[in-house]
Amino acid sequence: MSTTFWIIIAGAIATYLTRIGGHLVISRFENIHPRVEAGLNAVPAAVLTTLVAPELLNAGPAEWAALVVTAVVSLRGGLMAMFLAGAAVLIVARQFVE
Amino acid sequence: MSAETLTENSLASDFWQGVRLSMPVVVASAPFAVLFGALAVDNGFSVLEAFLMSALIYGGASQMVGIQLFGQHVAPWLIVLSIFAVNFRHVLYSAGIGRRIAHWPVIQQALGYFILTDPQFAVAEARANTGQTVGFAWYLGLGLPVYIFWVIESALGAVFGKLIPDTHALGIDFLLPIYFLGLVLGFRKRPLWLPVVLASAAASIVAYKTVGSPWHVSIGAIAGVLLAVILPPHHSGVETRP
Repeated sequence: MSTTFWIIIAGAIATYLTRIGGHLVISRFENIHPRVEAGLNAVPAAVLTTLVAPELLNAGPAEWAALVVTAVVSLRGGLMAMFLAGAAVLIVARQFVE
Repeated sequence: MSAETLTENSLASDFWQGVRLSMPVVVASAPFAVLFGALAVDNGFSVLEAFLMSALIYGGASQMVGIQLFGQHVAPWLIVLSIFAVNFRHVLYSAGIGRRIAHWPVIQQALGYFILTDPQFAVAEARANTGQTVGFAWYLGLGLPVYIFWVIESALGAVFGKLIPDTHALGIDFLLPIYFLGLVLGFRKRPLWLPVVLASAAASIVAYKTVGSPWHVSIGAIAGVLLAVILPPHHSGVETRP
């Protein structure tokens, strides 16, 4: 079996642990400490930010324009609208920039 | 009509009520499933691997993170850790939903936790908040269509993603950062969002420049989470919630 296959299996087990873990562990405590809850709340934004921020270093005008438009559309639209707007700007800008 | 057929009828109607509620989620997640399949193949996955990842992990953002890191030839354990970190919010969902489904047989609970995604939690919790019971048939009706469509559409995206000729002109190499930025912005109403994002962004860029990839992911994430833990709890607003 390939490495990819084992990454998928391990990722699946890790994910199932998160889906059952809160029930098995956290539900045994009466209260979650506010700081722990604040930390847990921060996890998704913290992780996902690290996948965007360093990309800015290698990005050019086309990529920057796409990210700015995504951010602006986010003020009104949902995830799909943001994504489509950003992708559209990227595709159009790349035809001119490169 | 016997009592048995009555129960069967109400189970079937519960199931179909769940299916109706699942439709917006099926429609909204379809483009991301297709995108995942296409990007997975673009990052070196086979169609079967893309299909397996959707079928076994079944968590959109974490699957995208997995293939993004896979394309950068990051160490396998770090890819798994990143998938775990992105899905870690499910700990809170399972802690919350546990109270609602504790009356199910254990096998049904085990399956119920497997299909526990963001919208599954939100819709089930909304039903529980109105005082209605969260039954297995209803919950399965809500979750099963989303799962089935997610897996099929991922495979379709993987098959047809192979046919795309010029991935750079179509911007496919930069779609994931746009998608991730969209997800980050989607969390913006959370307490401490801006300080966490700024801390993670700064730490990940510095780590990327100094320590190098893939450590910028762990270092940046830890910086953001630590900041949320260290700041006084009244800033985070968690204790003001009901």
